[in-house]
Amino acid sequence: MRLSGTILTARDAAHLWLLQKRRDDVVPVLARGAIYHCGPVAMKDDIGKWKVCSAGPTTSARMETYEGRVIKEYDVGIIIGKGGMGRKTLEALAENRAVYLNAMGGLGALYGSVIKDVRAVHMLDEFGIPEALWEIAVEDMPAIVTMDCHGASLHEEVKAASGTVRRSLLGQ
Amino acid sequence: MVDLGDAQLVAALVELVRRVSTRLPDRQVLALEQAMAREDEGSMAKKVLGHILENTMLAKEKGVPICEDTGMPVFLVRHPCEMSPKALESRIRESVAKATAAGLLRPNAIHPVSGKNTGDGIGEGFPTIHFEEWKEDIICIELLLKGGGSENVSTQYSLPNEELGADRDLEGVRRCVIDAIWKAQGLGCPPGMVGVAIGGDRATGMMRALHALIRRPGGDHNLDPRLAELEERLVKDINTLGIGPLGLGGKNTVLEVRIDVAHRVPASYFVSIAYMCWATRTGTLTIDARGVNYS
Repeated sequence: MRLSGTILTARDAAHLWLLQKRRDDVVPVLARGAIYHCGPVAMKDDIGKWKVCSAGPTTSARMETYEGRVIKEYDVGIIIGKGGMGRKTLEALAENRAVYLNAMGGLGALYGSVIKDVRAVHMLDEFGIPEALWEIAVEDMPAIVTMDCHGASLHEEVKAASGTVRRSLLGQ
Repeated sequence: MVDLGDAQLVAALVELVRRVSTRLPDRQVLALEQAMAREDEGSMAKKVLGHILENTMLAKEKGVPICEDTGMPVFLVRHPCEMSPKALESRIRESVAKATAAGLLRPNAIHPVSGKNTGDGIGEGFPTIHFEEWKEDIICIELLLKGGGSENVSTQYSLPNEELGADRDLEGVRRCVIDAIWKAQGLGCPPGMVGVAIGGDRATGMMRALHALIRRPGGDHNLDPRLAELEERLVKDINTLGIGPLGLGGKNTVLEVRIDVAHRVPASYFVSIAYMCWATRTGTLTIDARGVNYS
């Protein structure tokens, strides 16, 4: 599928920050909105405006401990990341009518090219470029729904199927 | 050997970083195209590989990083005895800072206690630089950008391992590698390359496994027929797992396995595994009497 709209990047440091207390600055963009697990390569252009040139997804599993709570606290509708997430997030997706989209890992240039504007950036001085929360306008961002709001997860299916093969390869 | 001034050397190093960050080596592009041809028509795996190839062309065309996680830059420097490693180290660090300022690298150096990002891509032990003196009148600098995603799924086993039924032999090694790749699922962005080192201590084992990703031990193929056979067998076995491109299912989970060995103490038997993603960003800069060359 293709996603268009304004989304918010949030990864390791940002998730802790979002849960420490209610962060009013990002409430509007997150309400039924999307979090993107991503640390971009960003630079200021000639007139001092931020531009993102490479922005593929980071591994979502690291945010598993926090995601369910963030989804509920901020009423998030979409989580975009790489490699899927665990049971707690899967349950939170069902409770909050939300989905997980798998963005394709390593496609920095491609995802960089679908970002049309950097609307704002939060916690840049404190967290640095990769870990700051970037509000970005995207157009036709390609991603695959791999965890839905009914408890299905493609990642769990692949892990189970490959687990059966692993056992036979190890003679177990 | 040509005598490059400091400024010229830094410029050459920045150019090396630019090429490695924005251009996937031809041999890897070919390997991914062949992998795509092996996937079923209309499959997710085929589409995913198509997007991967589209991305590499776009990165090259626009001169932007292929993947935003430019990771830990790992430099392997072979130099004549007259060259000072300390001086080379300074120039390399300078070039990483310049490349970061130019948006060719993401500023990735974060202090583990304060959480502060240095902002310029260099820090304590960052980037990684290894020096080796050699007899040639040439400076040869190889660079690998080792992303965090793949590094997080790299690992090390100590044999015997009861859970895997792995003894201190090549069958035991095989079991460790299969287990590590299965555990990684899509998190290391397959299909890439796996470097394996049998032996050494914990530190040298991991280092050799990592270096195998940059320079194949023995050259074009493994010189030990037993290891060459294990490498081929592992590629076949791993691909039957069906984890596929980016872990979304498919026939291509690994493209190549490279195994190195080092002597070990009697008590220890380590199997070190360095996982490399599909974006195998490597390149070489050589400086000799004829000048500067990139490959």
